[in-house]
This record gives sequence, structure tokens and C-alpha cells, in this order.
Amino acid sequence: MRYEAPETLDAAVALLASAGEETKVLAGGTDLLVQLRTDLIAPTLVVDIKNIDETRTIAETAGGFRVGAAVSGAELAEHAKLSSVWPGVVEAVSLIGSTQIQGRASLGGNLCNGSPAADSVPAMIAAGAVANVAGPNGRREIPVEDVILAPRKLSLTPGEFVVSIQLPARPARAADAYQRFIPRTEMDIAVVGAGVSLARDEAGKITDARVSLGAVASRPLLVKDAADALIGSTLDAAALTALDAACQAACQPIDDKRGTIDFRTEVAGVLARRTAEIAYKRAGA
Amino acid sequence: MKHHIQMSLNGDPVEVLVEPSQTLLDVLRDELGLTGTKEGCGTGDCGACSVMVDNRLVCGCLVLGPEVAGKSVETIEGMAEGEVLHPLQRHFLEHAALQCGICTPGFLVAAKALLAHNPDPTETEVRYWLAGNLCRCTGYDKIIRAVMDAAAEMRQAPTARTELKDQLQHAGA
Repeated sequence: MRYEAPETLDAAVALLASAGEETKVLAGGTDLLVQLRTDLIAPTLVVDIKNIDETRTIAETAGGFRVGAAVSGAELAEHAKLSSVWPGVVEAVSLIGSTQIQGRASLGGNLCNGSPAADSVPAMIAAGAVANVAGPNGRREIPVEDVILAPRKLSLTPGEFVVSIQLPARPARAADAYQRFIPRTEMDIAVVGAGVSLARDEAGKITDARVSLGAVASRPLLVKDAADALIGSTLDAAALTALDAACQAACQPIDDKRGTIDFRTEVAGVLARRTAEIAYKRAGA
Repeated sequence: MKHHIQMSLNGDPVEVLVEPSQTLLDVLRDELGLTGTKEGCGTGDCGACSVMVDNRLVCGCLVLGPEVAGKSVETIEGMAEGEVLHPLQRHFLEHAALQCGICTPGFLVAAKALLAHNPDPTETEVRYWLAGNLCRCTGYDKIIRAVMDAAAEMRQAPTARTELKDQLQHAGA
């Protein structure tokens, strides 16, 4: 196995597109090194993207925040402005693993690991985040909900990698939240995860919403029907019931040791309600 | 191809040749002979290999050796100052917060990182911060008490350790 740590996007793209190489992108390594050790993967070339400036910086832009794909969870949580503007995204990434894992784990890595249960992904989808991708044909933007196609399968083409995540600007009276269910208090993989981002008007009526669910299908879901259940309401009992039903209807989970199909489906509805209530409260604060 | 890397290790400049597939943990133990950092699971679940890289707590088993080129690495070997134990080390001994000792270096490095970040943690904060360090002997309670006591001592007398060191140096001279 070769290791390269290019300092420019072009050099990284050239390496990742090298013919005859089985390549892997290294950000924080908290999934990649485990896969290497357990022989799940055997790349001939590992490209560490952390020497590329854009992957390691949080930049406030006119359009919101551009968060480097390899910025660690600890760095995100320490960024006061980002934490206040996108509390749901930050609380989601903060749920990943231990303090040690937080020192390395990143939004880009969590996304490109391609797990349907990744904690930060439903939060990014709810936030309307976009992945900034570089590849042999230049740069392009992919909405986060379109990146994971199936477990470990991404929509990126050979040679492409995620450089940064664009989080949009936050309108007034808007907020997001993420909740997950695990059978213990810390350090486990989501049985269900729910992300909600919403905006309300001065009277408390929800004017815009996005709802995303994790670990209940072969990929993280953007649930439009669930958002429609919220929009126009003041998050009254009827809206919450409709949200619950829309989330349950969107679930196509598996039965495994973490939860049965019935359990995951019911929990998805309950978690979506709780998450919407937290986001709504934050948006009014 | 081996990588020739330079890093700061416990404050000293170090040069070492590393294989691309070697982890930082492998480099510390096998190339540099620093066996204080332990290998438990090798997959980032147990925290036995906790080290600091550029002032950030990480698992040594989840960092590739070549990644630390130009970085500052701190391990358990840098914790005591000569014969003078760090307050955390002393309180671990006083509380008998270890039995087999394999997890101890990781707990100490992680606890030191906590106290640098938060000198006055609640018990809950200590337990959450150390949730990534597993101990199969002690049941954790003595470890938590040792960390709380060390934190209290370090808050009260940040200079006591320096004075003790001066005394020891004086006595030795």
C-alpha cells in the first residue's frame, strides 16, 4: 500500500484517477483504518486529503458555511458560530463515537463511509447541505441526500472525492435538530436517527421544513411527505400525528440485532416528533 | 516505500522511517520502543492507545504513521517529569485505580486531555469524556474518583508540582 498526502486538489484528483490503482480517500480514518485492519479493503493507494486547505477549514461564506470534509467533530463542536447556526448538524456529528473518535471523525468521512446509519448524514440532509466534489472533470455539487445510493455505494464517479460540505445560510426564526435512538447512553450505532430543519413565521406557523431519517432504509432518506405534514402548521397535535405517519410510511428498515422492522418503524415516528419539537423550540428562541 | 518522517515526540524532535500501512501505535511501539501506549482492540473502541496529536486526543491505532509527519505527538512516556509523577498518576496509585494496568496509560492520557480542556469537570463530564476508554478490571469507580481528586488538587495548587520537583532536584544535588 502506498500513502500520498497531496497539497492541492489537482494533485489529489490525479492520484485518485491513477489507472490500475485501487484507491481510498483518507480523512479522519476512523472507519478507513478499521476496514484496513479487518481486511475489508486492500487499497494499493491511500490518498490523505488533509493537507489540502479546503478540507481542513471552516469558512463563513455569503451562502452560509463551507465546512472542510476532514474537519474533525471536536473542531466543529468548538466553533461557536457554527454550533449556534446549525445546532442539529453539530449535535449529530458530536454523537459519533468517543472523545478519541471526535478528535478525527469528519462530516466528509461519515458521508463517504456510505452507512445508512451515519449520524451526521440525516442532519446534513435536513439542513439542505450540499457536497462540494472535485474530480477529473472538474468540480460539481451534489445534494447530500443524493450521495449515498446504498450501503457503501456512493454516487461519486472514479477519481471524485468530497472536498467540503456547504451548509446554507440560516433564515430568521429557523433551526435544526437531530436525535437518534440507541439502546445505551453513548457510543453505539443508530437504530433510528431523525433530522429536522424548519423555519417559522412570527406567529409560529412553520413556513419551511426538511425531514430526514437514518437507519430505516438502505440509504438515509429525505422524507418530503413528512416535511409537508409540518409546513403550514404550528406543530400542533394533528401536525405531529401526520409527521409520525409520514415517517413511518417512508421506512423500509431491516430486521437485525439492533431492532426489528416494527420497532424501527415505530421509533422513527416517535423520534421525528421529538426532533421536530426541539427544532421548533430552537427556532422560536 | 517507507516514509522518512519528522515529528515532535513528548517535546523532542524525532526522525523515523515508517511503512505506509503502519499505524502511529505501531510506530511508537515497534520503531521507537515506546511501549507505554498499549494495543487493546486495534479498532478505536477501547482507548488503550490514546495519545495526543497536535494537542488533540486520538486513538493511535486509527492514525497512519505517515500522517504525523511534522506534527506534535504526546504519549504516556511524557507525563511524569523524571521521577515526579503527574498528579493523575499519583491519584491512580492512591486510589488503586488499576488492576492489570493495560488500560491505565490510555486513561491517564485521556484524563490529562480532559483536565487541560476542563479543569473542573463534574463526575458526569468525566464519565462521558472517558467513555471511550474501557477497563475490564476496576468497574471504573476508582478511576473516576482518582480523576476527580487529581482535578481538585491541580485546581488548588497548580504550582505545588513544580515546587516538589525543585525540592527533589535540590535533594538529589
